[in-house]
Amino acid sequence: MQIRNGADLLAICREKAMPLHQVMLAYESKKSGKTTAEIFALMRTQLQVMYSSTQQGLSENSNLQGQIIGGEAKKLKQRSQKTKPVCGYTMARAVSFALSVTEVNASMGRIVAAPTAGASGVLPGVLFSLAETHQLAEDQLVEGLFTAGAVGLVIAKNASLSGAAGGCQAEIGSASAMAAAAAVELVKGSPEQALHAAAIALKNLLGLVCDPVAGLVESPCSKRNAVGTANALVAAEMALAGIESVIPFDEVVAAMYQVGRTLPLTLRETAEGGLAITPTGIKLKKKILGENDDQSACSACGECSQA
Amino acid sequence: MKDYGIFDVIGPIMIGPSSSHTAGAARLGYLARKIAGEEIKKVVFYLHGSFAKTYAGHGTDRALVAGVLGLMPDDERIRDAFLLAQEKGLLFSFQELDLGDVHPNTVLMVLETLSGEKWEVAGSSIGGGKVRIIRINELEVDFAGEYTTLITYHQDRPGVIADVTAVLARHNINVAFMRVFRVKKAENAVLIAETDEDISDSILAEIAKNSKVAQAKVLRPFTAIIMKERIL
Repeated sequence: MQIRNGADLLAICREKAMPLHQVMLAYESKKSGKTTAEIFALMRTQLQVMYSSTQQGLSENSNLQGQIIGGEAKKLKQRSQKTKPVCGYTMARAVSFALSVTEVNASMGRIVAAPTAGASGVLPGVLFSLAETHQLAEDQLVEGLFTAGAVGLVIAKNASLSGAAGGCQAEIGSASAMAAAAAVELVKGSPEQALHAAAIALKNLLGLVCDPVAGLVESPCSKRNAVGTANALVAAEMALAGIESVIPFDEVVAAMYQVGRTLPLTLRETAEGGLAITPTGIKLKKKILGENDDQSACSACGECSQA
Repeated sequence: MKDYGIFDVIGPIMIGPSSSHTAGAARLGYLARKIAGEEIKKVVFYLHGSFAKTYAGHGTDRALVAGVLGLMPDDERIRDAFLLAQEKGLLFSFQELDLGDVHPNTVLMVLETLSGEKWEVAGSSIGGGKVRIIRINELEVDFAGEYTTLITYHQDRPGVIADVTAVLARHNINVAFMRVFRVKKAENAVLIAETDEDISDSILAEIAKNSKVAQAKVLRPFTAIIMKERIL
């Protein structure tokens, strides 16, 4: 079984009459030599950690504090309990979950990198809001992670999942594409629709730069997780209605790679461009890293040398 | 085209905020403790490059201490590692040091065990929570700790490696990767064998029977340890 791109995925789905998540499970079993039951159990553990990270920021007595962010998830929850959310209840729930995960991450709590720690809120946001609105069982949500994994695998192979290599489009963009595909299969959409959803989601975030304030995974990362979550749900809704991405998934992935390579280094996780060097961004950096720190967040971080 | 698996895309389970600066650091501390083989009473972390510049912001310091205390990269107690170290009587300190031409996220750990043995372990956090151990005491090595890893400290003499691999073969343990390192001919040497199957404590004892083998240790991969602990 060879999975080089989305076209390979769809060909296998058609040939075996399987959804994406089953193809991915079979692929992983063959690759690792583990049984499908073992792999499913490992993935279930990850789902359970995701769930817990969506709840921690929402509980009444939670006090999650990063160095910049903290308390946002709870604010959103409190508002939607009092008032009708302008973006609808599902969306408000999804976004509050995503924010919770990012707060857990910033405060040294336990999360699942999906695909990265910086984008770890998107998949849980989408999965657990749909679990509520569509009464999905835990097994189905685990399947959703396999669908998401299939999309992530193709992006990893043909572009990148790292902000240092491809900007935020490679992190939140990829997470959003993965979550959009998962959402489609969770409500029984076809593999084709799932990849259209992934393509639409990725297209909408194409070109998004990575410009973290003070080099920390907090601002603007947290709110971009929220937007990545909303974007995934919108893309899934369109694809399920039969709306197709004009540009096919594989070509969108190739475009994302090409855009990432064209992005200047200052906008690829170096904290030397964009929001990171706004007056407020610089003020925050000085406050967190110390007034006399003449080291730029870029040379201090060193992430890019790992890409 | 790299051969990714699904757990490269979804996972790892980790303590935030950074896979390289937090999860990887915890893993390096943990491996150092396992390499030393017993409880640590004192450790000095020499931080190089990016680790030296950003360790506080990303919790690298707490993650390293947690690892040396034996905590996994996904243990929520990493946040409170300094308190935990105090409770356990572990002395620790951090210093910046230029370790030369190594990865920017590299740390040298100088450890003293409860029985007074001294160990030096250096390792790099290379991204996504993955690490490489690059030095044990005076020997330059290179392994990731992702497989079951056998480490023997032995005298560099003919036949030692054959004896060690013969024991593995007898127990049907397949060697995936193996390297030997030494400072000088006929002096101290280290063998590092990464295997597909687990090496039990009794097999380890069999390997240690060779009079030329001073010590034999096994590092078990993280997923195996986590699964085992969950089952127990």
